[in-house]
Amino acid sequence: MNKIKSLDDLRKMKQNLENGMNIREKSNSPESLVQIRVAMATCGIASGARAVMNTLIERIEKDKIPAVVTQGGCMGYCYAEPTVEVKVPGKDPVVFGYVDSKVAVDIIEKYVLQGELLEGIIPVNYQTINDKK
Amino acid sequence: MHMLVCGGTGCRASESEKITENLNAELKKLGLENEAQVVVTGCFGFCEKGPIVKIVPDNTFYTQVKPEDCAEIVSEHILKGRKVSRLLYEDPETQKHVEDSKHMGFYQKQIRIALRNCGFIDPENIDEYIARDGYAALGNILTEMSPQQAIDIMKKSGLRGRGGGGFPTGLKWEIASSNKADQKYVVCNADEGDPGAFMDRSILEGDPHSVIEAMAICGYCIGANKGIVYIRAEYPLAIKRLKIAARQARAYGLLGEDVLGTGFSFDIELRYGAGAFVCGEETALIKSMEGLRGEPTVKPPFPAEKGYLGKPTNVNNVETYANVPAIFLKGPEWFASIGTEKSKGTKVFALAGKINNVGLIEVPMGITLREVIFEIGGGIKDGKKFKAVQTGGPSGGCLTEKHLDTPIDFDNLIAAGSMMGSGGMIVMDEDDCMVSVAKFYLEFTVEESCGKCAPCRIGNKRLHEILEKICNGKGTEADIEYLKNLSKVIKDTALCGLGQTSPNPVLSTIEHFLDEYKAHVTERICPAGQCKALKLYTIIPEKCTGCTACTRACPVGAISGEKRQPHIIDVDKCIRCGACYDKCKFTAIHVQ
Repeated sequence: MNKIKSLDDLRKMKQNLENGMNIREKSNSPESLVQIRVAMATCGIASGARAVMNTLIERIEKDKIPAVVTQGGCMGYCYAEPTVEVKVPGKDPVVFGYVDSKVAVDIIEKYVLQGELLEGIIPVNYQTINDKK
Repeated sequence: MHMLVCGGTGCRASESEKITENLNAELKKLGLENEAQVVVTGCFGFCEKGPIVKIVPDNTFYTQVKPEDCAEIVSEHILKGRKVSRLLYEDPETQKHVEDSKHMGFYQKQIRIALRNCGFIDPENIDEYIARDGYAALGNILTEMSPQQAIDIMKKSGLRGRGGGGFPTGLKWEIASSNKADQKYVVCNADEGDPGAFMDRSILEGDPHSVIEAMAICGYCIGANKGIVYIRAEYPLAIKRLKIAARQARAYGLLGEDVLGTGFSFDIELRYGAGAFVCGEETALIKSMEGLRGEPTVKPPFPAEKGYLGKPTNVNNVETYANVPAIFLKGPEWFASIGTEKSKGTKVFALAGKINNVGLIEVPMGITLREVIFEIGGGIKDGKKFKAVQTGGPSGGCLTEKHLDTPIDFDNLIAAGSMMGSGGMIVMDEDDCMVSVAKFYLEFTVEESCGKCAPCRIGNKRLHEILEKICNGKGTEADIEYLKNLSKVIKDTALCGLGQTSPNPVLSTIEHFLDEYKAHVTERICPAGQCKALKLYTIIPEKCTGCTACTRACPVGAISGEKRQPHIIDVDKCIRCGACYDKCKFTAIHVQ
């Protein structure tokens, strides 16, 4: 370990280290972040969901985008796997189907950052038990 | 994805180390070691349901995890994104599984300042502390502030000592700072002795760097270059983590000579206490550090004037220090905006006793007992009725139902006849006998009295004897008066905080539960059914079938009777053990 010689050094060091803690910091306030959920059931994994998830995570970390990637179970859209659900704060969740690494990057760059819709959106036609009042 | 495994003493006792090992092995087996990282953290506070494994970012909170559950967690949750529902926390009211910690009643009302890093960072890795702005407060102060400016910020924050007394911390620092001497000391009081309190241990185990950083800040403010942590030897994990933390801080040059190139030097060392309760009192603590018997001395002189080795010494408690870096990072106004008018910030409480969620919580000052016990604590165990809560340990008093809506802060607790103390909260239900509770605390004080002054040494012993007499069914009404008078004398004349507060449990139980005392001395019954000597076991002849099960269970041969005929208990021989009561299948044993 090298000695930290000044306050500036300490600040620089903090900046380099904070990436490692990002995922935990984000978990403190998930509701204020874009929540991206990758369906990771057997069919999802078989069609490449893991690679998609890792691409999403890398892209988010690279530009420190205020989003958090989590896994979900089977959403039932087996025909369209891998599927990714994106929930922007204050908006209804949108589900994207047939996502590969390229689409994953588009989701981040176009939908999350610019708010543009993409092709391949699966209309949400279900209600979850939590929605029922 | 990060898998946070609790590495506090409680969870380690239920094999959390093995859990860490298994999780790592399972991740490796499935080739997921790059995707998920296992981190050992400090205490999450939810000790009731430990060991805890928390998965972030989705905040899934697994409780009572066993080493053999690890394979399922990894193959289901990490690989396939399916939560293992049987390990999720079940809400006792709705009996539904709670998906994540954000929706658990236990966490919803908490504000974590002193515990901000506990259960969040790896306490053995200084980098994680630095990533959360660790040592930034120290760096800023050393580079940009004069000691007086920093003290002013402390005063503005309104922080008061969390060890029990509630003395304003900034003022304490100012006094130590104004006393001139060639050598001064910063002392951290980690001699946590209240029965049922474990917040200091958890902070040192979960976030040792925040205490070290705060001690260095204090050193700069008062002009000391030496810090000493007085910690009890029975906290081996806290000692280990503190030592690791100090070593790492030294390696980074955050302790030692010329910290961050500012010319300021500061280092800490550890002193082990043998676990005497009185050594939590600052003058006794200093005596013990000097290698003398842990006996308090008369104040003044206060330690800030003449402390360790006769030099000005500032003594603060662990939790007090843990608040300090956060105050400087977020500003004194932020800190002062939390809490009540005279008690700012938060307080950590250790919930114990007959409560559903035993554990460690941090709540804003001014919260009500009702919120703490029924919302965060999940109510009383087994649906019993709430009777009282003891705050402040053996120095405090009990609060009852009528105090449930009183906002908790230093002054309100004192007005209610109790005190904040270090933050232990022992909850009692309808089955607890308040005379026995008072007796229990006196037993502790008698044991822990250092014996230096007569009121405490002799007076407490007498109090205990009278309580014992009452519990044995031999007390009289005059004894209650005598207890009150003697308590007042001890409070007025004892030398240190221990003796001055030790009669509190007696006085407050007499005040709030006089009926119960009276029942013991006049009717000779214990309403809660706790005092053995006051129990009377008889057999109801109509219900007794003469099965002889009780005869065989009785260890002293006090039960006699013919087979298939009602039996009889010989009251003189009976030792009131209750064995017959437990054994009888026909509820024929009556207890009075």
